[in-house]
Amino acid sequence: MNKYSIFNLARQAKNYHQNWQAAWRSPEPKKHYDVVIVGGGGHGLATAYYLAKECGITNVAVLEKGWIGGGNTGRNTTIIRSNYLWDESAALYDHAVDLWGGLSQELNYNVMYSPRGVLHVAHSVHDLQEIGRRGNAIHLNGIKSKFMTPEEIVKMVPYMNLDCRFPVMGGLFQQLGGTARHDAVAWGYARAADALGVDIIQNCEVTGFDIKGGTVKGMATSKGKISADKVGVVVAGHCSVLADMAGFRLPIESFPLQALVSEPVKPCVDQVIMSNGVHAYISQSDKGELVIGASSDLYTSYTQRGGFDVIEDTLQAIVELYPALSRMKMLRQWGGIVDVTVDRSPILSKTPVDNLFFNCGWGTGGFKATPGSGHVFAHSIAEGNMHPYAAPFSIDRFNSGALVDEGAASAVAH
Amino acid sequence: MMMIECPWCGKRDQSEFTAHGEAHIARPLDTFGLSDQQWGDYVFFRSNPKGLHYERWVHSFGCRQWFNVARNTATDEVYASYKPGEAKPIIKATTSRAKK
Ligand SMILES: Cc1cc2nc3c(=O)[nH]c(=O)nc-3n(C[C@H](O)[C@H](O)[C@H](O)COP(=O)(O)OP(=O)(O)OC[C@H]3O[C@@H](n4cnc5c(N)ncnc54)[C@H](O)[C@@H]3O)c2cc1C
Ligand SMILES: [Zn+2]
Repeated sequence: MNKYSIFNLARQAKNYHQNWQAAWRSPEPKKHYDVVIVGGGGHGLATAYYLAKECGITNVAVLEKGWIGGGNTGRNTTIIRSNYLWDESAALYDHAVDLWGGLSQELNYNVMYSPRGVLHVAHSVHDLQEIGRRGNAIHLNGIKSKFMTPEEIVKMVPYMNLDCRFPVMGGLFQQLGGTARHDAVAWGYARAADALGVDIIQNCEVTGFDIKGGTVKGMATSKGKISADKVGVVVAGHCSVLADMAGFRLPIESFPLQALVSEPVKPCVDQVIMSNGVHAYISQSDKGELVIGASSDLYTSYTQRGGFDVIEDTLQAIVELYPALSRMKMLRQWGGIVDVTVDRSPILSKTPVDNLFFNCGWGTGGFKATPGSGHVFAHSIAEGNMHPYAAPFSIDRFNSGALVDEGAASAVAH
Repeated sequence: MMMIECPWCGKRDQSEFTAHGEAHIARPLDTFGLSDQQWGDYVFFRSNPKGLHYERWVHSFGCRQWFNVARNTATDEVYASYKPGEAKPIIKATTSRAKK
């Protein structure tokens, strides 16, 4: 692998940058792999990377039906935070925040992790009580954050209209929350995994599983049959479709979640600011676009579109909180299909089929967890037993009743 | 924008309605005899198909009546609306993975 460095940049400049090596190979699939990962989003690629890097399993393929990062990884609004309520979630999400810190060095790829701070504002006594409870819970888990009064918020975010229809009464600020560049996360993991021998195979859709005696043996794909000792399915919104191929159902429904970006402007929004009360959040990309999102569309769909009414509601809330933005032009709008569980927590689990593992249910908020999710999922597949951080997130919890209820922590805030 | 036919009010904009997920899930009668496995399956597990989906809707900002819709979740094409208690209409599937 050509290392990315200042020296290599200078060396390549002499040849007008004609000689850079492709970031990853595009091999034809082999007949057999030790592990096949289905789904080339950030979570799948990270899983493959950690399998090769930390578990010594390098005969691995990632099968992606479209292009890598073309699913929710490349469609999300890149917010990273770990201020969840329960110990199980705090452990899993904070594991990811730990890994984000050194990720650019680890992958030799600038993922532009920017811990610029994430502010949740509260608009009612109930909102204040919710952030109070959650703030205290995360303090106990050693995750740094602070409560802010309206006066402190105005100092930090002078253009916010605190005296809006539902006045801002306070906030919870996680200093180490922030953003990262989503495409770079997919590409960085892909390039680093490829360098360790992982085959990344795009335009290869899995269409069925070969299951014998309750154990997965391989799969049918648009590029022919592939056999595998173990299979990890990481397909986000399409997890129910893949589960159906394997003969079971999941406690999941798939919804469109939309986002939009404005024309690029000079730096003005320094943090990520979200409001569960009036349903909108905003940040600014390094290119200068304002990145805006809100709640998902409320009916199940696989269309990657969503309705205009949701965009209208979102922008009404944005203009109410930030009147200065009322004349900004929006450039692009899109949707992704998010896999939502009732307790708003993910599923990292064994399944009724032996050697078939699922990592899904990240819903509207899994980007932040990408490195941690891949890391614990790789170890779980390699050992055949769920990693301690993953164990509370098994499918069985929906039958045992041990839900990890993060409804309040992830209502609108992804 | 999706248009949905309310059996009582006629064709209206989707934003007047609220979706309530998969239809035709009958509450088990033998509630005391049910295992955790069966309860969990009934309460939480869904087929979530990509294709033909029979689902419940309420006309929240209209007549507030419940009814069922047959819709294709791969295209958002709405095939039919029908009243609660009526049998599922048979729809000729148009997508590859659409099911009964
Ligand atoms: C608009 C929007 C905003 C969001 N905002 C945030 C945010 O601010 N913060 C946050 O933390 N999270 C956010 N999320 C959620 C986040 O994007 C996801 O949880 C996360 O990216 C999921 O990653 P993944 O790798 O599991 O899935 P994906 O990136 O969706 O990857 C799954 C891949 O599987 C492939 N696939 C599907 N079926 C098959 C098949 N049969 N064969 C082969 N491949 C298949 C798909 O093509 C896809 O590339 C947002 C999501 C959306 C849509
Ligand atoms: Zn009506």
